[in-house]
Order: sequence, then structure tokens, then C-alpha cells
Amino acid sequence: MSQIAYLAPTSADEAAAALIKGGATARVLSGGTDLLVQLRAGRLAPGLIVDVKRVPGAIGIRQEDGGFVIGASTPGMTIGEHAALEKAWPGVVEAVMLIGSTQIQGRASIAGNLCNASPAADSAPALIAARATCVIVGPSGRREAPVEAIGIAPGRTSLAKGEFVLEIRLPPRAARSADAYLRSIPRTEMDIAVVGAGVNLTLDADGVIADARVALGAVGPTVALAPDAGAAIIGTRLDEAALARLDDAARSACQPISDKRGTVDFRTKIAGVLARRAAAIAYGRARGRA
Amino acid sequence: MSEVMDRPQTLNLKVVGTRPIRPDGADKVTGKATFGADFSMPGMLVGKIKRSPHAHARIVSIDTKKALALAGVKAVITAADFPDLASEEYEAGESAANLRDLALNCMARGKVLYDGHAVAAVAATSSSIADAALALITVTYDVLPHVIDVEAAMEAGAPVLHAHLFTEGLETKPDRPSNIAKRNELMRGDLEAGFAQAEVTVEGRYTTAAVHQGYIEPHACVAAFAPDGQCQVWSSSQGQFMVRTYCAKILGLEASNIRVTPTEIGGGFGGKTTVYLEPLALALSRQSGAPVKMVMTREEVFRATGPTSGAVIEVKLGAKRDGAITAARVVLKYQAGAFPGSPVGAGSMTALACYDVPNFSVTGFDVVTNSPKVAAYRAPGAPISAFGVESAMDDLARELGMDPIALRRKNAVRDGVKAAYGPTFRNIGYLETLEAIADHPHYKAPLGPNQGRGVAVGFWFNVGGESTAAVQVGEDGSAVVVTGNPDIGGSRASMAMMAAEVLGLPIEKVRPIVADTASIGFSMLTGGSRTTFATGMAVTQAAQKIVVDLKRRAAQIWDVPVEQVDWINGAAVCLDAAKADKGDLTLAALAAQSARTGGPIGAQVSLTAQGAGPGFGAHICDVEVDPETGHVTILRYTAAQDVGRAIHPAYVEGQIQGGVAQGIGWALNEEYVFDSEGRMENAGFLDYRVPVASDLPMIEPIIVEVANPRHPFGAKGVGEVPIVPPLAAVANAVRAAIGVRMTDLPLSPPKIRAVIDAR
Repeated sequence: MSQIAYLAPTSADEAAAALIKGGATARVLSGGTDLLVQLRAGRLAPGLIVDVKRVPGAIGIRQEDGGFVIGASTPGMTIGEHAALEKAWPGVVEAVMLIGSTQIQGRASIAGNLCNASPAADSAPALIAARATCVIVGPSGRREAPVEAIGIAPGRTSLAKGEFVLEIRLPPRAARSADAYLRSIPRTEMDIAVVGAGVNLTLDADGVIADARVALGAVGPTVALAPDAGAAIIGTRLDEAALARLDDAARSACQPISDKRGTVDFRTKIAGVLARRAAAIAYGRARGRA
Repeated sequence: MSEVMDRPQTLNLKVVGTRPIRPDGADKVTGKATFGADFSMPGMLVGKIKRSPHAHARIVSIDTKKALALAGVKAVITAADFPDLASEEYEAGESAANLRDLALNCMARGKVLYDGHAVAAVAATSSSIADAALALITVTYDVLPHVIDVEAAMEAGAPVLHAHLFTEGLETKPDRPSNIAKRNELMRGDLEAGFAQAEVTVEGRYTTAAVHQGYIEPHACVAAFAPDGQCQVWSSSQGQFMVRTYCAKILGLEASNIRVTPTEIGGGFGGKTTVYLEPLALALSRQSGAPVKMVMTREEVFRATGPTSGAVIEVKLGAKRDGAITAARVVLKYQAGAFPGSPVGAGSMTALACYDVPNFSVTGFDVVTNSPKVAAYRAPGAPISAFGVESAMDDLARELGMDPIALRRKNAVRDGVKAAYGPTFRNIGYLETLEAIADHPHYKAPLGPNQGRGVAVGFWFNVGGESTAAVQVGEDGSAVVVTGNPDIGGSRASMAMMAAEVLGLPIEKVRPIVADTASIGFSMLTGGSRTTFATGMAVTQAAQKIVVDLKRRAAQIWDVPVEQVDWINGAAVCLDAAKADKGDLTLAALAAQSARTGGPIGAQVSLTAQGAGPGFGAHICDVEVDPETGHVTILRYTAAQDVGRAIHPAYVEGQIQGGVAQGIGWALNEEYVFDSEGRMENAGFLDYRVPVASDLPMIEPIIVEVANPRHPFGAKGVGEVPIVPPLAAVANAVRAAIGVRMTDLPLSPPKIRAVIDAR
């Protein structure tokens, strides 16, 4: 019968060495809310599970150089309860809080959500819009990469053998900035995004959008930035015309598939709707901080 | 028994109608209750099933040699290990079945008929060895074209599932096999003349998707086959006697050699009125000589058990300007899944049951398809036909400019009216139910933009049937109520309450238990909303027998004629003024002296209950539709239902709320999705979307009580009616909100957005 070895290393080096040694069937365990489900469903048969939660830095939230550093294995609930983080990055926090369910969030982590590499990962659009980066550790040391560089195809990441995500970094927040994330699901919770939209923007002193980033989930093979969608609202106060341009640009950025969760037509239309609505929420939040 | 009540007791009730804590509550909320998968035995093996990956294929060969050779594998079975049964109908009310089909559904013989159809099973010393053994079984298939869509299956050139199946119910006997197992028809009056009289007609074609009962507990059992041929089964089902009978027939055993113990059941909704695992576990235990436990995964539950039919419903209604319906034509095409037996018969009989229509025809088609064999699902067949008829009624009201409740009142059946399905209605509470929603503040509450309100009604027969109950009085004056009906909806509480009421005991002094097949007399399964009515009648009569006996004992002790003894508040009271100083004899006092008055106190009643009162429900649903995302939010829901008499009102309300919740799921998101090869694509709760708590508002139940004179306390069945109206209530509300009639369930966001874009 197949055997599964389990290791819980206490340093990044040790974890990387174990992953290298484990070879092709080694898997990183963070929250485990995807890994264990896939294992039980017979979709994965790992020979080695490396639990990285004991690696220093993997769990916890700290403020550093004006930004936030989130241990990549920090449970969703801890993120949701962090008042300062929620104040600075309400969109990122609301995205994380949509993963799974209340029970799932006792374990689920951003690292897992990103490295499962689902195009529907809820945290990814908000993090990409936020210019978040990942601190990746591995056999050749430590490197930093933007969140959008992690997923390269459904279920596939850019991480090299032995590498894992240790931290998520959110940059310092400019004044009059806010973000928002919305997703469309048939129900109200416990579901996977049919479309997700994250919007992050900064206003100038006059309430005009000076910077905007829009990222879309579940409308392509990976969660991706939609640069034209962000550009469509820069220089505006998010008037009707700007929203219509945003809607157009978001739809143009879509390359979805039709599957049991939604059609190409539906996903494309909803991407426009959610981009508009998320932008309006982010704009309202940013103005509230003016 | 002259003392047995001849009319329902509705006054001076002390227990019936109150809301005590359920007797099984503590076990359930603390996780101590033993459900199907919780039972274990020493030396037990793990049984697992090899299932077909094809929707339709001939089995060329099955090679089990490698699996049998694997260390730890103790048994491997295929259809060759079961008798090849002749086709034989087994009549058991809602659980009627053809035994050959039942056996073939448990284990395919020669042909697989749906993705997930069992072809072999193994028993091994561990779960992982069993998995490895399944992988070592080689099945060679000759894949055949498949058909799942009901109308495609009815076409002349469709792949034929069963070469021996010829359509029943045609005027001339067909000369070639067909997937249409049966055509049934209900008619009255002159349909053509009826439509000729009509001043307004409406017409619609509606479809529903196959949906699963969605019980939380997957099927599970343990079976132990002793060397002397005595068998035991512990399983989660809606009827231990049903399990015993079906296992005996499928395995060719004597029913008397099988003892079935019901475990706690985590939801059934009709889906556990049949067997899937138990015969296989027994066969594996027979071959291995060890007890065998089998527990389905959720994926297996979806692929191989349950669902109810996907269907096509065609409705045409004709009416006078004043709203009087002159004619109705209904055509129902129901998927049966792999074997005949869709609930189209019940769907036909209930379709027009709420209406007094002079001219109608209802035609039903039972159609086999390459999908799992359907099983009963809460008011089987009725929600489907009601979806079509109630959608058309809503259009008719709009066409006439008439209030939808008023239109239903105008055409309502009432006492003395001959039902569309045959009998004459007596003591029904339909009009009262309509009044209850018409008068409710919900019906007049204002609506905002993108919001709409829908109304729909529903009917279910409710049944009686065979039941046994025993009541035993303990030496301390407490009582145990023993029945043979698994408690799927709080029935233990209502059984205890009825016994407590008759005996005059506080509810805490009455302990209800559900016994195994060797410990209580035969009872039909828990289904058809029959238990509180039929088994409750047996419980009440057993308790009444005890009261008669207690009065006799008191009379003996007091040395007075038994006529001088009454039973009041749980004690014998002497009516002879000369002996009034004796004081009362409580049940405890009589129990303490029982050895001297005739021995232990107890009574058992077996009966066939007749006169189950039919149930009617009337629902109001408010929705808001997001025109950009197509998302429907249920804002408010009110459901009135005639229940005869609510024995335990909180559990009656729970039944109403539960039925509505399932109906809303059916209306909005639930559906079987198959790929082009006929494999189910959403065999899990992630993509098979039952409503979650946050999807639903508080569902407000209104209990209407028009007593059923045939039940000792006036009860009618409760559990099934509430799932009948919601499909149309939701669809009618969506129609009101968006101005377009949606005819194809589920009303999922992509469909609604597409309709809004096209309007």
C-alpha cells in the first residue's frame, strides 16, 4: 500500500531540503484545505507532505516599512480579525474571508490559495490589484515575486523544485487609497468564484483617480491584471462614462471557458459588472478617507 | 375495544400541541447518536464497490482474479454471486419495486445502464487494500450509445436500454421495445368542449432538472452473515422491514433469517426507501465469513442513488372571464433513470388535485434513461407537475387580471368534490389554507424595484398503511413506546406525546424507541407522511388498551365495578362515593402492584390505518433579481398548510421550513449536470448546490388545523406537502420581478441574465 511521510520542519532550509529529497510526489502543506481534500478524493497521491507552518515567519502579521507582511500560512480568520490590516486593505481582507467557509478559514491560508493555482482563487485578484508580492524560499535562498507571477496555468505554479511561499507583502499605503473585491457565485457562500474582480485605487486631493489596478479571476487560465481596465478610470471621478469604459475594458480582458459553473457569455458580462461594482466600492472607501 | 375513541380528541389536551424537547435531541446535539457509519463490529472488513465509468455499455468480461489474490482481500463479488431473479412487482406503497430491477440496480448483470452503476464489490481488511483491489478488477466494456434527456429517450431511434421493455398502457400492444415504460392517463368530461367554452387560454412547456434528495448522511451499513445462515444488518434507512424484505428477495434468503436494526438516520426524504449496499454487504459477509461495513462517499451517493426525475411538463388551461377553469390538459414526461418507475403516476394524480375542473386530461410517460434509477423524493412527482400547473395558473391570473389567490379560490376543491385522481374529498383544509395566506400581512407588504411576489399551491395524498406499536409500563410508572418506524422527522417525539396524552403522563416519563425487525411487529417504512398518522394511531390505541387494563386493575383493588373507575390525569379515580376515601391510584401505584393484578402492564397494537387526510399548502414567495448578475435573492417566504392537528407544532414548522428550503434549491440551483459521455460532472456539494443557510430568509410557517376525523388527535401527514409549491412560487415571483416567464429549472444566474438581456 502507498505510504505518506509527514515532516514539519522548523526552518526554511530544512523545508526546502525535504521538498527536494521528496521529489515529484512531495507536497507542501499549509492550511491543507485544498491538499487534504484532493488527497482524500484520490486526485493526489503524495509520498511526502512537508508542513511549513512551523517555519519562522510562516504564521503571523506584522507591519514593516509602512507595509504589511503576512505569513503565507496565516489562517484566514487571523487575517480577518486584524483591524489595522483590514483598515488599510479592506479588499484583500474581504477576498480572503470569502475563501471556503467559516470553518475552512480556521485553516485556509493565502499561500495555499495562490499555490493551488486555481484561476478562481479568491485572494488572488485582490492581492494582484494591491501590488502584493510573495517572498519565496527554496534551495537557492530567498526571492521576491509579484503575486501574478505565481500561477501560470490551472493547477500549475512558477515555483521551482524545493520552493515554497513564506510571506505575502503588501506595499505601504498612499493616502486616499482603498480596495475592494467582489465575486459572483450562484449561492451566497461556500462556493467557488464564477467571476472575481479586485480593484485597488488611489485618489488625488481632488477626488480624481490617480492610480487604479483591476485584476480578474475565473475568466482566463490564470488570475490576471487587466491594465486597460485600470487605465479606463484613471483621471476620472468614476462617472458613468468611466464606469462604462471600465466595463468594456474588463470584458475585453476576459478569455473564459464555458463549464459547469458558467458560460463564456455570462462570465464575460459579469466581469464587467463586478469590475464596475468593485471600483465603486473602492472609490467610496477611498473618498471616505479623504 | 369499546373504549377506543371514535372521534378525534381536540379539547383538554395536556401534551399534544405542546413543544417539548425531542427525546433524541441530546444524543444528536452532542454527537453521540449512532448513525449508519458509526456502527462497528470486531473483525469487521471494509466493503467497496467498483462502478461503471460508462453511461451505457455491455459488460464483456469481469476479471477478479488479481483482486482476490491481493493480500488482505477476503471477498470479491459480481452479479454472478446473486440469483438471476425473474421480473416480479413487489407492492409496498411508496416503495413499490420490481425485484429484478432492484437487484440489477444493486449490481449490474450483462449491461451497465448509468455512470456509477455497480459492477463488482470487494471486502478487505482495510480501506486502502479495498481501494487497491478495486483497481485490480478488470472490466471489459463494449460501450453503447446512451441517452439521458427524457424527450430524446422517447424518440423512435433512441438507444434502447432494455430489449424486453414494451410500453404499457397503449391501446395496441407495441411490436418493438421502447424506453417509454408506461403511458398513463387520467380523464374527465369532454376536453374539446371544455376548451371550446374557454374565453381565455394559456399554454406552457416547462422543464425541470434531475435533483437529488441531498440527505447529509451517505448510505451506510454493517452486515454479518453467521455460519448457521442467520444474518444481521445494521443500516440507515427509512424502514428496517423494507431492508429485510429486499435483502431476502435479492439474495434468495428467508426473511425470517435476517434481523435488521435501524441506526439513526441522517436524512432520507424518500431516498432511503430502497437498498443499495445492504445486499452487497451481506453477500460479501457470506463469502468472507466476517462482518462487512460499507459506507458510500458523497460522489457515490450522487452517481448511484437517489435522484428524482428531470422532466418535461406541458400545460394548457382554458377559463371563463370570471376565472372558472373549463378545461385543462397536462402532459408529463418523467425520467425514470435506468429502470422503470418514475413518480409520473403520482405527478399525474396530484397535477390538478387542487382544482375542481370539469374537463381535463393528464397524460404521463415513464421513461427510462441512462442515469441513476430515481428514488422517492418528498411528495414524489408532485413538485414537478405542480411547477407546470402553478406556473400556468399564474399566467392565467395575469391574463384574466385576477388576483392569483382569488383565481385559486374560485376553482378550489372543497368537501364533497370528486378529486381529479378519483376519491371524494372530505374534511380538507384547502380553502382555510388559501385564506391564511390571503390574510397574512406578507401578501400586502410593499415591494421595491426588481422585486416580485409569487403564489403557488400544492397537494399531497398522505398515506396510512400497516403499523405496529407497543407500549410497556415500567415498575416505576414510566412508559416505553416501541415502534418500527425510523425517526426521520421528529416522529419519536410525537409518538411519545400521543402515548403520554392518553396515559396522563408527563412527556419526560415516556421513552420512545425504534426497534429492530425481531423486536416489534411489521411496520411499513417511514414515508408517504404516514408515521404520525398511522403509527401514531397504533401508539394511541396501545395506550388506550393500557388505560382500559389499568381501570380494570384499579377496580379489582378497590373491589368496585369497572364502570365506577375513571382515568384522569394519569391516575385511576373511584367514582363510587362510598369508596372515595380510597384516594386515586396513579400509574406508578398500579405498576407497583401489577404482580397481584395480572402481571406486567403492556399492550401492542398492529393495524392497517385508513383515512389519512390529504394535505394542502399555499405559499407566498418574494424575490429580488439582480438584473446585472441574474442572481435571485429570496427576500421573504410564507407557507400555510393544513396539518389536521399539529402534535408537536415545532416539528411541524420544521417540516414546512425544510420542505420549502429543498423546493427553493430545486427552483434556483440544483441540477444533475452530465458531460457528453453521460458522466455526472457535479457529483459533490460544491457544484451540486443545495441552499446554504445564508441563501434563505426566515421561512414563516402558518399551521392551519382542520382536524382529520380518522386520527385519534386529528393529525394529517405533514412532511411532503411543503416541497410541492415552492418551485412555482419562486418562478412566479421571478416572473413578477423581471416580467418574463422562466420555464426551465433551475433558475440559475446565467439563465436569468440571458433572459433579461433578451427582453
